Amino acid sequence: MIDLLRDIVAGLFLFAGAFFLLAGAIGMNRMPDLFTRMHAASVADTLGVSLMLVGMVFLAGFTLVTVKLVFLMAFLLFMGPVASHALAAAALQAGVKPVLADDRGAKAKLAAKAPARKKSTRKRGKA
Amino acid sequence: MLRTASLALALFVFWLLLSGHYTVWLVVSGLVVSILLALAGRRLGFADDEGHPIERIVDGWLYWPWLAREIVKSSISVTKIILDPKLPISPQLFHTKVSARTPVGVATYANSITLTPGTITVGVDREHDRFLVHALTKAGADDVEAGEMDRRVKQFEGRAE
Repeated sequence: MIDLLRDIVAGLFLFAGAFFLLAGAIGMNRMPDLFTRMHAASVADTLGVSLMLVGMVFLAGFTLVTVKLVFLMAFLLFMGPVASHALAAAALQAGVKPVLADDRGAKAKLAAKAPARKKSTRKRGKA
Repeated sequence: MLRTASLALALFVFWLLLSGHYTVWLVVSGLVVSILLALAGRRLGFADDEGHPIERIVDGWLYWPWLAREIVKSSISVTKIILDPKLPISPQLFHTKVSARTPVGVATYANSITLTPGTITVGVDREHDRFLVHALTKAGADDVEAGEMDRRVKQFEGRAE
């Protein structure tokens, strides 16, 4: 009985995780540019992967495997954003122009065009 | 010294949990290696308040559940946008102020913004205490600028030194 309940709960988590991974994949195809694609990808690699791992924790029960899964989740949550930040920063540095909306975006577009160092003084003067 | 001891203990517990084989030889060698590594960390400078911020763990347990809730909330809103046939995005690139002063606090805030789907920290400008943030929607940008997360990170960081 408990086993069945555990499997059902684990299955629900795995299903939810799969849903968010799929949503992330769909988003990566639908979004218009690199930065917006990264937003879609981050749905998959935060909530999608976390839910998958939580589901696996339920399947593993109270064993060392569970501990390893929890470590895995912690490492992913600490390292994922570092990689995302590096990618986004490198893209902006390399001159990838983000697709932006409305006035605030237009201002930042200018900032993105200027070299990284001068950007700050220019924006400061405006504000 | 206390921090080095805590690092040695953390490394030893990590060893025990990952190994799963509890023979005298393996446990003792794990203990020895943990202590040596912690001492090396003291010498090389990664056993400090930046590399092993153990005193933040209590505040961490208050901060992370809140962060987890934010991640779930924004994941769902981004998923809704992805699955919406009209794809209602309004990407923003803007600067936001950072109240955190310590390296641990700044890194936590930058990573928290990136971890939350819908916002990415593109640049960290510590001279002007601000981040360059890319947001998927205007609502997401307004959420970051409202400063709720900034306030919580400040709380997590503790006293600024």
